[in-house]
Amino acid sequence: MNVMDNRSTSALLYLDGVHVSFDGFHAINNLSLTLAPGEMRAIIGPNGAGKTTMMDIITGKTKPDEGTVLFDGVTDLTRLDETRIAELGIGRKFQKPTVFESQTIEDNLLLALNVDHSVKGTLFWRETRPETERIERVLETIRLKDARNRLAGSLSHGQKQWLEIGMLLAQDPKLLLVDEPVAGMTDVETHQTAELLKEINKDKTVMVVEHDMTFVRELGVKVTCLHEGSVLAEGTIDQVSSNDRVVEVYLGR
Amino acid sequence: MMPHVLTRSLDRSATVFLIVVAACGVLIPLSNLLLPSGSMLQVPTYLVALFGKYVCYAVLALSIDLIWGYCGILSLGHGAFFALGGYAMGMYLMRQIGSRGVYGNPILPDFMVFLNYPKLPWYWHGFDMFWFAALMVVLVPGLLAFCFGWLAFRSRVTGVYLSIITQAMTYALLLAFFRNDFGFGGNNGLTDFKDILGFNVQADGTRAALFALSCVALVITFLICRAVVTSKLGKVLIAVRDAESRTRFLGYRVESYKLFVFTLSACMAGVAGALYVPQVGIINPGEFAPGNSIEAVIWVAVGGRGTLIGAALGAVVVNYAKTFFTSGPLAPYWLFMLGALFILVTLLLPKGIIGTFNAWWEPWKAQRMSAAAESAAREDGVSEPKMAE
Repeated sequence: MNVMDNRSTSALLYLDGVHVSFDGFHAINNLSLTLAPGEMRAIIGPNGAGKTTMMDIITGKTKPDEGTVLFDGVTDLTRLDETRIAELGIGRKFQKPTVFESQTIEDNLLLALNVDHSVKGTLFWRETRPETERIERVLETIRLKDARNRLAGSLSHGQKQWLEIGMLLAQDPKLLLVDEPVAGMTDVETHQTAELLKEINKDKTVMVVEHDMTFVRELGVKVTCLHEGSVLAEGTIDQVSSNDRVVEVYLGR
Repeated sequence: MMPHVLTRSLDRSATVFLIVVAACGVLIPLSNLLLPSGSMLQVPTYLVALFGKYVCYAVLALSIDLIWGYCGILSLGHGAFFALGGYAMGMYLMRQIGSRGVYGNPILPDFMVFLNYPKLPWYWHGFDMFWFAALMVVLVPGLLAFCFGWLAFRSRVTGVYLSIITQAMTYALLLAFFRNDFGFGGNNGLTDFKDILGFNVQADGTRAALFALSCVALVITFLICRAVVTSKLGKVLIAVRDAESRTRFLGYRVESYKLFVFTLSACMAGVAGALYVPQVGIINPGEFAPGNSIEAVIWVAVGGRGTLIGAALGAVVVNYAKTFFTSGPLAPYWLFMLGALFILVTLLLPKGIIGTFNAWWEPWKAQRMSAAAESAAREDGVSEPKMAE
């Protein structure tokens, strides 16, 4: 019934009244947030604001105690597990770059492709042309073409971040959740990453969590500031950063 | 399909390994049967049986390496699957004794007559047929692994917790099989075997054939393992080993992969146990002892985890050392040596024998190849040398 009502929402991602607590600590507190299809949104907020927990809820890692989480207006994400949610088209980049270190860059991308993920499908898998071409394109986008046969563990921190973004691209999701993509990157790399995300945003919806304000400013998108598990402010970067409460939260009272 | 899988799974070291196993499987039985006894090159029958045991252990080691080395599942209860396969074979061998037993009962094995069983328990039916027993050798360990894995992996039991419950599983089976009323010969287990498929199990020819069959089993198990680990599924297994939740977020159903590889591994362990029993002539609950399973994990660690060849090599090397030391004055200290070996390998050779060899060999080979390419380029007068690979 509830689901039918919300079909009218045009939002790709719809969170309403979400609560999560861990042993009495309220990590997420009446959080409501919507993301329109094709939008890119930056999420900021001090440590412990619940940014990563929010991503955990969207991707099925954490189940909320209360609240609605809808994808595409109809799918209730709180009932699904990580695998199912990934199959629906939600991809996630972790805060700490998580790639398969003992495998080559090419294999990392091959594993990420959104093809048959069943045991049987992978056991009898054979290379196909379209797949190879897709990997080729991603390698080009993330500028790791020459390093394709290197082990992912041998990459620099910034390259690992890019490889993980590349894995998201290979996964070809509708919604990308990107947790701190520029942590540990040089200024040049940060700039390139912003360009890359803008490029990706041309046909995908993106949610970026980031601390780096120059980076957020460069993205030039709507910003949501979280604090103590709920939305504190929302608007352009200038509006949000001039908000008294945001300043207070960031600088301490 | 088949040739494609074969070319993919056979690199140079895999081919060398298979040739060595095949050569042993042919030459050792031939030398035992054809050369006159006392000849320098004749392998005595007791050694054929001993080597046969090692080969069965190598199959068990491969099955452990498949799940531990490639998927990160540390089973400390794999001896249970080995023993179950062994019991299935033992039941067939018991039924083959027929009226030649001490009590001369044509249907009931001796221990059942002794314990006043009125008739054959239902689960002993069918084991007089070899094909049925052979099926059970694979099916029983496979089914147990499937049920166990289904519950454990679905509840996301991982790491040390999984290892502990696998230990509990083999210990529970140990206690159950010790009971006389469980119907598997209790403490004494199953022994006094006479025939297998009509051949006397004690005869030299049968022993040689069993040895050769064990080598065939090792080759087949190795090929299956290689086919699995070189497929895309193998890459997923390594992904699960290295970053399980990442694999989940990419849309892989991790528990299905673990369940598949765990069940496959248990079936292999069952086959190893089934070949082991006729060669050692007995199966008793001692095979379920948790220590046995831990020892098998040590073989894999010594040989090199995640290398397959290393696992098989480790099984043979450690067991040869065990035979050597436990038959001399050092016998009481064997467990200390085994413990020391494990600690030393962990500290000094964390990648095991094969892993360390590869780490040393690969850069050397690469260096030699690039040097060769460079000198070839110089001879050709090409200014920019093309890198090999």
